[in-house]
Amino acid sequence: MSFALQPVADPAAPLARRNPVAKFAAALLFALPLVTTLDPLTPALALAVELTVLPLFGVRYAVLARRAWPLLLAAASVLVTLVLFAADRSGRLLVDLGPFAITSGVLVTALGLVLRLFAIALPGVIVFATTDPTDLADALVQNAKAPARFAVGALAAFRLLPLLGAEWQMLTLARRARGVDTGIRGFPAIAFALLVGALRRGTRLAVAMDARGFDSAVPRTYARRQVFSKGDWLLIVGAVVLTAAVLATTVLTGQFRPITA
Amino acid sequence: MSRVELRGFGWRHAGRRAWAIRDVDLTIEHGERVLLLGPSGAGKSTLLAALAGLLPDDSGEAAGTVRIDGLEPHTARGSTASDAWSSGRRGEPGQGVGIVFQDPQTQLVMARSGDDVAFGLENRGVPAAAIWPRVSDALDRVGFPYPITRSTGALSGGEAQRLALAGVLALRPGLLLLDEPTANLDPAGAELVREGIARSRDEETTLIVVEHRVAEALPLVDRVVVLEPGGGIRADGAPEVVFAAYGDRLAAEGVWVPGFTIPPLKAGAPAAGELARATAVTVGQRLAPVSLSVGAGEVLTVTGPNGAGKSTLALVLGGLLAPTGGQVTAFGDPRPPHKWKATTLTGRIGSVFQNPEHQFVTTKVADELAVGPRRLRRGDAEIRETVDALLDRLRLTRLAEANPYTLSGGEARRLSVATALATAPRLLVLDEPTFGQDRRTWIELVTLLATLRDEGHAVVAVTHDDEFVRTLADRTFSLGSARLSDPLPRRRS
Repeated sequence: MSFALQPVADPAAPLARRNPVAKFAAALLFALPLVTTLDPLTPALALAVELTVLPLFGVRYAVLARRAWPLLLAAASVLVTLVLFAADRSGRLLVDLGPFAITSGVLVTALGLVLRLFAIALPGVIVFATTDPTDLADALVQNAKAPARFAVGALAAFRLLPLLGAEWQMLTLARRARGVDTGIRGFPAIAFALLVGALRRGTRLAVAMDARGFDSAVPRTYARRQVFSKGDWLLIVGAVVLTAAVLATTVLTGQFRPITA
Repeated sequence: MSRVELRGFGWRHAGRRAWAIRDVDLTIEHGERVLLLGPSGAGKSTLLAALAGLLPDDSGEAAGTVRIDGLEPHTARGSTASDAWSSGRRGEPGQGVGIVFQDPQTQLVMARSGDDVAFGLENRGVPAAAIWPRVSDALDRVGFPYPITRSTGALSGGEAQRLALAGVLALRPGLLLLDEPTANLDPAGAELVREGIARSRDEETTLIVVEHRVAEALPLVDRVVVLEPGGGIRADGAPEVVFAAYGDRLAAEGVWVPGFTIPPLKAGAPAAGELARATAVTVGQRLAPVSLSVGAGEVLTVTGPNGAGKSTLALVLGGLLAPTGGQVTAFGDPRPPHKWKATTLTGRIGSVFQNPEHQFVTTKVADELAVGPRRLRRGDAEIRETVDALLDRLRLTRLAEANPYTLSGGEARRLSVATALATAPRLLVLDEPTFGQDRRTWIELVTLLATLRDEGHAVVAVTHDDEFVRTLADRTFSLGSARLSDPLPRRRS
């Protein structure tokens, strides 16, 4: 789990080293307006833009494909679901599989949904792939004025995540040793034991942080400075301009299908 | 440098009837180095928590007073910041309280080692420019061998604990508290930490150590204070004086006092029949090829450095993990143990895990013992008999109705062994059974395992504990060298 969140990009790439908060804002501002339309052209254009700027973030295409496999899985399931269950089966009949008539209308709708999925999720994937969690927490506190209690606390909890996987395995094995089910019926008990362990560790960690003066009345200082510069503003403005250009193109070509209609 | 003064101090955790600690009068002068002792449950950790200012008013009831340099602990803890905030003395040496706990996993906060040391300094409002010199200074003092960018997830337990110590020392506390800092570590890791503590020791810091392995703490201290369970202080003075007068009593109560060993408990006869055999067993990168066998009526200990795959071997022998190469045969069954049904397995091989809590599947101690026999469809009367006998044998009768998750370390360990015995398996596989146990539980475990062996069980124990090997092992297998040793000398009886 945490493995999937570790940065994989070249940290010196021009956009990868932008402020994490700026990257998040840019991703959000670029992806959110895409939700307003149902046509396939908008996400296709957005996707083209995203894949074009990818090298500026220092992420190689092969790495991205590996990282984005859950997205591919989701896309495949969208396709299958629509082919099987779409109500609207208008358009030219392409393949006749008895009850599942695959028509051009079905394919266009499915394609539109898959493209939307990729276009909206990809900016987030790119940001996580290029951002160190510590830098993100630092920037959230220093530039976005998030409470340190929240940002640093989440960061500390994040460190403990990999332990959960190992613990789950030990719990499963220990139950087999006791002669108890390890299948689906054992799930609640294992989850409970895991939760007990996680709460204990969480409490100990909180006490240790407390003992080192965390979240006291004293204003914190910052060992690592996160600066928010002109370049970061430019990244955000760039994202807004690009998403506006994409939507404008769709509207001008008459393809725009607002979600409200 | 700090002076500690306790007058009639006591603390009762919210919801508990008994006081965790009470009637403590104690003065510790500037720069003294004190070992705090007492049997389990005497309130040692509670006392340290009180000194560290970690007992919030709403979490229990306090009695008497605690003063550090005349201040209340929670004020003293923040004093590097609060009083210095106005006076500009922020972060000067010799103020405040620092504490290092047992568990290295839950003391580190940040992803990179240097950032973790900086964390405390940030909290105390130390100016950014002063932080990094103090970070490298603290890392030097404890002998941290890596650059500051080293991932904290890549550290061994001993290294992580050294880093935690550096994080505390960077705050330059006047009072340093160590709460069993090596209890969760293997011998090599514990040595790293002791070395770190010894290196970083200075005349400026008052030191209080809680550690039940006395021999390991003695080089660090010049005074021993023994808490009396139930209240007050039993003994206080120079180590040699205290141990001459109270050594045998402390040993009987479970403290590891140097010079008190128990005689070896070796098998009287060679192993009878082979119960299990591993032939060139490997598990991916975790375990290099191993061949060994174990017979009825012998204790085989498996030793070796961290990462040699000792725990993995225990899982394979316990029929819990499939080997990726080689084979395991046991009990004359043509199928390897990892393919047996869980009920078959539990009747033949009992596994005891390093962390007892991993094994608990019910909410009552007595139910916990009944799980195995019930899975084997034993009769109600027989189950009741088994449970009662085990509760009695492992001194758990008083706790029959308790929730397993509420037990102390020693109780949880005894219960986890009892659960493995409930189905009367001929082969027992134990992973670090004596890890972190006090002397009393240790002796009980060793005696119990010796008895089981003499009754004809086979015992395989993965262990770092030299004393355990010396006392109990009939044969030992060293995983680093992957060669079976000659049988150890047997007891003539």
